[in-house]
Amino acid sequence: MSATLAIENGRVIDPATGYDATGGVYIADGRIAAIGSRPDGFAAQRVIDARGLIVAPGLIDLCARMREPGAEGALRVEMRAALAGGVTGVVCPPDTDPPLDEPGLVRMLRQRSREAAGARLYPLGALTAALAGETLAEMHTLAQVGCVAFCQTTALPANHGTLLQALRYARTYDLPVWLRPVDASLVGEGVAAEGALASTLGLPGISVAAETVALHTIFELQRATGTRVHLCRLSSAAGVQLVRAAKREGLAVSADVSIHHVHLVDRNIGYYDTNCRLDPPLRTDMDRAAIRAGLADGTIDAICSDHAPVPLEDKLLPFGEARSGASGLETLLALTLGWANAQSLPLLAALAAVSSAPAQILGEDTGTLQPGRKADVVVFDPQQGWRVDEQTLLSAGKNSPFAGLRLAGRARFTLVGGEVRFEAPAG
Amino acid sequence: MIDLDAEAIYFELARRVRERFHGRSPRLVGVHTGGVWLAERLRADLHIEVPVGILDVSFYRDDFSQSGFSRGVRPSRIPFDVDGAEILLIDDVLNTGRTVRAAMNELFDYGRPERIELAVLIDRGGRELPISTTLVGRTIEVPADVSVVLSRDDDQRLHLRLEEAKGR
Amino acid sequence: MQLRSASPQLNGQGELHHLLSIEELPRALIERILTTAEGFIAVGTREVKSVPLLRGRSVFNLFFENSTRTRTTFEIAAKRLSADVYNLNIASSSTAKGESLLDTIDNLTAMQADTFVVRHSQGGAPYLIARHVAPHVHVVNAGDGRHAHPTQALLDLYTIRHYKGSFEQLAVAVVGDILNSRVARSDIHALLAMGVRDLRAVGPLTLLPVGLEELGLQVYTRLEDGIRNADVIIMLRLQNERMRGALLPSAQEYFSNYGLTPQALKHAKSDCIVMHPGPMNRGVEIDSMVADGPHSVILPQVSFGIAVRMAVLSMVASSQHADLR
Repeated sequence: MSATLAIENGRVIDPATGYDATGGVYIADGRIAAIGSRPDGFAAQRVIDARGLIVAPGLIDLCARMREPGAEGALRVEMRAALAGGVTGVVCPPDTDPPLDEPGLVRMLRQRSREAAGARLYPLGALTAALAGETLAEMHTLAQVGCVAFCQTTALPANHGTLLQALRYARTYDLPVWLRPVDASLVGEGVAAEGALASTLGLPGISVAAETVALHTIFELQRATGTRVHLCRLSSAAGVQLVRAAKREGLAVSADVSIHHVHLVDRNIGYYDTNCRLDPPLRTDMDRAAIRAGLADGTIDAICSDHAPVPLEDKLLPFGEARSGASGLETLLALTLGWANAQSLPLLAALAAVSSAPAQILGEDTGTLQPGRKADVVVFDPQQGWRVDEQTLLSAGKNSPFAGLRLAGRARFTLVGGEVRFEAPAG
Repeated sequence: MIDLDAEAIYFELARRVRERFHGRSPRLVGVHTGGVWLAERLRADLHIEVPVGILDVSFYRDDFSQSGFSRGVRPSRIPFDVDGAEILLIDDVLNTGRTVRAAMNELFDYGRPERIELAVLIDRGGRELPISTTLVGRTIEVPADVSVVLSRDDDQRLHLRLEEAKGR
Repeated sequence: MQLRSASPQLNGQGELHHLLSIEELPRALIERILTTAEGFIAVGTREVKSVPLLRGRSVFNLFFENSTRTRTTFEIAAKRLSADVYNLNIASSSTAKGESLLDTIDNLTAMQADTFVVRHSQGGAPYLIARHVAPHVHVVNAGDGRHAHPTQALLDLYTIRHYKGSFEQLAVAVVGDILNSRVARSDIHALLAMGVRDLRAVGPLTLLPVGLEELGLQVYTRLEDGIRNADVIIMLRLQNERMRGALLPSAQEYFSNYGLTPQALKHAKSDCIVMHPGPMNRGVEIDSMVADGPHSVILPQVSFGIAVRMAVLSMVASSQHADLR
């Protein structure tokens, strides 16, 4: 369908170019035709009045679990959630059931995603077979069927020799490797960040060393191989500092952080709220401050939701037994705006962390409103208040740390390839 | 306004008790706190050797579900054998009779007395249980929303006053 | 963005509706519990050791972690309050039975349970249960993972008050596996709440949790220094069942450095009291001569424990509905 569509009278923001002005966005054939004033002779089949709203590139979420392979029909549900959250691009990690280490699985997943007509799907392939950390996955073949990078999802492979070989092999084909900077042997039985709060709650603690030792290992192996590495989910001030030094040194490294770590600290666990049982764990005020500073100075490139839908019965358990993870696809936009407000950041900077920066890490020509690019657009109301609860969340995951609270900022229209795939109900 | 001279009323009560017991020495048991003060005065005036017993009754009240331990709890102490004893139970104000019922239940958990007599400084009526005694200092009538409160000053003199009951 | 959290233990009137931990109890409330316990000590000296306070109420002992002594004490306490007592020993892996923790609670509530006494291997489990039960049901924490053991702390406070009077002037040392001990955590919070200013933690670095100095304790790794001139020494059991790998080389080496022997005891005040929550590992954390010696108040602790638990069970039962916030 080569529809022509005009979005007019909104505040148009494009972090990739620094554009921030009132005007319109004009779409034709699934791509941006123009921004600013209506081009001469542009006949719109549909006009969206964006008065009072913001028009921006659709959000690109560097980590959101779609629950497929695993649960039949789950992808459709999560894609509806993504669109409602203004997310037009989703990177899904390979920790599916079974893990994404087979080309057939990746093909099937992409097919399902096309049929769901939701956000664009960028699958991450497993770094090692079955994610077991022992033998290599068929990275080249997986890349050919669409995997954008290769990932080890919970921690570094225990065998560093395997990690070294995996990095070398990926380098052969210039494939990026995404790693969680976690040393499992230093996590042990820990369920919360080591510190005064975990001590008071009597929860086994996870030392910061679990992150810093892993980062040292990654950087050292990177020096040996030259592989492009993306670090998934920083959590500590010490970790941020190590990444800062690595970038200064010139290593090909990028990093992201979960939106929950931008807002929350260990104290928010309160009386054992399992919605705050996260991986990596929520750390202290000092760590949160360092994360915010890292976003401000570019040490941390992007923010993701780390969306992990967890069924209620796996959260209604004592803290140490509950499954970790938070539902974040639908709150990513509001929480990003909340962060911008709290830190007095210009919207351009804040939205960059969830659009242009992730696009750059992925190497995709999206995440921007420049003419000629794919028209993945979100039109949102930054003031619209809404309550986070089981009714408002479309995802199967109702496990948000913000459940029961009111947030501000909601998508009204979400377009993928120029097609309106989500439209908020009127009123 | 009723003028209550506590010392004079106590004098009358002590006279009646002395008359009733004809020089026998009952075991005195006071209900916290006013009943204990009265029991100590009676012990001295009746020249009774055995120390006074103290009952807190918090654990035997019938309004626990509604009020809990609203008055705080103090240990009960009975320094004599209740089995076969002739006991004089003493309280400051007799009203509904529920405190006396609780006190008797508590006493029976210490043993089986031969007899229990009841002495009170003030009988203000309003009985909700079949409890009565003639060992009374004075019988008075006050509105239901007024409390009769016994106090003791630093010179050990007793005082009575009326108080508006606090709303529930 | 503020996330809400209201203390689930107290109802809107500030009454104790559940007892989950010592940490947020106001000092006045702790004192009331101790005073009420005193009343129950007196009951324990009579021939008829029970009172009718909880007649018709039912107390369910839910022990997800085995413990004969604590469960028995709670059973005695509830029976002395004339309550109906039911003991349920549930395998600590609820998934092994196929029934979730909360399903178990729902089934029991349907059987008219008024109070649950809960012991669980996971910190926070009693909070989960308290959030879930109907408003008239009470939860008493009999020990949750490493987090808290509030009735033990209360009976420890009672013991100290009984032998030493007030708290402010005392020097108190807590010795041993504090990292893994819920008794230590609760004792520390309780002693600080009652105004103890000279509170010491003693143990090897691998057994000391982070954050003790921030709470106001002095930390010692040498026993003699930690108990010097102490009025009260609380010895902790070396938690064999909770220790997993690489915290200590051996019980023998532990005893030679941290075991409370008569010689070590000479460093404390001559009238100091030695306490232990039990069960004791003789020859590991404490020498038999000390455990059975004149400074030891370990046996009286047990009898105080019954009265304290009677106080707690009756006080929670008397509170009106939980505040639904």
